[in-house]
Amino acid sequence: MNNNLPADSIEAVTRGLASAGYIASQQIATAVYLAERIEKPILVEGPAGVGKTELAKALAAWRGLKMIRMQCYEGLDEAKALYEWKYAKQLLYTQILKDKLGEVLGGAETLSAALERLHDFGDVFFSKEFVEPRPLLQALEQAKGCVLLVDEIDKSDAEFESLLLEILSDYQVSIPELGTVAAVVKPVVILTSNGERDLSDALKRRCLHLHIGFPEQKLEERIVESRVPGISQSLRAQIVGFINQVRALDLKKLPSISETIDWARVLVLLQSSELDHETVKDTLNVLLKYEADIETTMPQVTSFVAKAGRQGVFG
Amino acid sequence: MRQELHRFFRAARGAGVHVSPAESIDAMRAVADVGFANRAILRDTLLLTLAKSEDEKQALGNCFDLFFSQPEVKDDTATEDSAESAAADSNAGGTQTGEAGAPSPELGELAQMLMARDRSAIAAALANAANAASLSDIRYFTQRGIFATRILEALGIARLRDDLDALNAGNPSEAERLTAATEALRENVREMVNQALLLYGREEAENLRHEILRNAPLARLERRQVEQMKALIRAIARRLRERYSKPRKRQRRGHLDTRKTLRRNAAWGGVPFLTSWKRRHRDRPKIVALCDVSGSVAQVSDFFLLLIHSLHEVVDDVRSFAFSGNLIEVSDILDSKTPEEAMREIMSKVGFGSSDYGGSFADFEKGFIASVTPKTTVIVLGDARTNNLDPRADILRTISERAKRLVWLNPEGRMAWGWGDSEMPRYSAFCSVVRQCATAKQLERAVSDIVAAYQ
Repeated sequence: MNNNLPADSIEAVTRGLASAGYIASQQIATAVYLAERIEKPILVEGPAGVGKTELAKALAAWRGLKMIRMQCYEGLDEAKALYEWKYAKQLLYTQILKDKLGEVLGGAETLSAALERLHDFGDVFFSKEFVEPRPLLQALEQAKGCVLLVDEIDKSDAEFESLLLEILSDYQVSIPELGTVAAVVKPVVILTSNGERDLSDALKRRCLHLHIGFPEQKLEERIVESRVPGISQSLRAQIVGFINQVRALDLKKLPSISETIDWARVLVLLQSSELDHETVKDTLNVLLKYEADIETTMPQVTSFVAKAGRQGVFG
Repeated sequence: MRQELHRFFRAARGAGVHVSPAESIDAMRAVADVGFANRAILRDTLLLTLAKSEDEKQALGNCFDLFFSQPEVKDDTATEDSAESAAADSNAGGTQTGEAGAPSPELGELAQMLMARDRSAIAAALANAANAASLSDIRYFTQRGIFATRILEALGIARLRDDLDALNAGNPSEAERLTAATEALRENVREMVNQALLLYGREEAENLRHEILRNAPLARLERRQVEQMKALIRAIARRLRERYSKPRKRQRRGHLDTRKTLRRNAAWGGVPFLTSWKRRHRDRPKIVALCDVSGSVAQVSDFFLLLIHSLHEVVDDVRSFAFSGNLIEVSDILDSKTPEEAMREIMSKVGFGSSDYGGSFADFEKGFIASVTPKTTVIVLGDARTNNLDPRADILRTISERAKRLVWLNPEGRMAWGWGDSEMPRYSAFCSVVRQCATAKQLERAVSDIVAAYQ
């Protein structure tokens, strides 16, 4: 084992992500650090709105790399994810080059001689010029490296997962007509999943598995602080305290960090310096996305506000 | 340290986390990078590289805490016993002030260690002995004695006994001290074996228990097994959900979707570069379940209904009916209440009567026959013991003709079918499938087959 101050480097990751506006827990920082050290993709799972996609953006911003994003959906296939032949261009070129072809082949006496000459030109129409690179191939071709974000992989089909395996383990893709294209610089790959379906073991095995849940109260306050600058400390504590209580309820969709941030922004816009139950009731629809959830929460608002207020004073 | 990691991987497997060789290599590389200095980071690292789901993370986290708390526990007991022996020492000290405190040279290595109360040396010797006895191979609680004996032998207990005998003859106070220390040592070893069993043996023990449970007849469970069986049924439901919940589209090659193809290729003047194929839409199962809840069949029905109703993701629509003397619909009760309450309510409404298959089928035909469509699988669960009443097989025939499939699950063994008042042969003529269904294993297979028929 080598002891080249690894803790320091993990801290460096935390600092770097913070400079890009992403407050990372230690687990997230460790994951990013390891992903770079042992060159493995990160598979991020967790509920919607806890900053899975944001992590990739922050990482790209911090490293000054280009971020290539691939949004997955049902029916996504090779042609949209990897590469496609530019059929129209191929067709156009054959039309234009028709005369030229005639010229080249003009001298040939027999059919086999013409074929012979044609072979000399090689596969002109199946060369790099005619490949339309899609996100995955683009990511491999970046000269400076990049952050490849494969977003919501759970939405795609199982076949697509298998397609990803080659890229994830060897950072290369095979195009039948051209051969294997390897990465110029290995990209940092981040996959996100909402857990809509279970991913295959083969995919999971190739990744570091990071689960981001709802953050602790302290961490969430810091996140709000970095994302919503003009917010007072007491209001921040109250908001976070309130939301933590809402998360304890049995709701259809629990409010996550992105909702916290939105709500904080709304409250700042409304210039409220303190949580009171009137404002909360008016703005609850920012926080909760289902009518039934709002109905469940409404009767509790007053007591939650009171509790959050007390926390604000002591915390 | 590498040894330590390998042992941890084995412990992780014991905790039910699947650690493949490739993953263990990754973990090794990662750990080499972050080092062992910071335990929290080490924990995060192992969790990141080895665990691949939230459940696994939980299990692995617990396993990590247990595994790396081991040395500390040992330390604690060591201090305890050293305190004990110190107390013994001070007692003895009064009588033997003049004598030399240092152990006599003719004692064996182990005895010397114990007499000198060299804690770190003892801990190291214990670890070595555990390795020599390959303690991490422990699987069942019945092996505890063997492993404890093996470790003590590896430590050199035989020599210690000789020493003790010799001391008993020559130096009783020393002997007393050594006896106490030996007891403490035995205690330590026992504790170590217990901990190892907890770490490495859990999976095997669970597997064994599950295997027994899976093959136990559902109708004759003991009370304490019922809870475990419910957990098992939930696990089965989860497995079935994982396997079948994903709507799979299969492309049907050979049937060109002309309109779609033309649309896709409009850019090239209709020259079909890209072809589109028609896709077959696959139905999700619709199930109508008729469950006998009389007497001996009741418990099997209970588990069956529990299973069927926890398959919401897989099954489109379930309607359940319970009957003994007459038949009622119970879908709402099962969906709105906890399993225990639901079963109690169902039992109070129709349970525990003597079963009347003919009457119940007649009830079904009168009230609910419309729920059976050509997409429905009808499942009847019962022993077909009609108490010599009219079996009304003609209604079963009507149901069978309307439904996609008619499956009969019978908790009795095939040998008993047709004996006494069992009308199974007459009923089975109209069933697509007839199965015995007495254990959780058979139940799982039956339901799995029913769902798979739609895939």
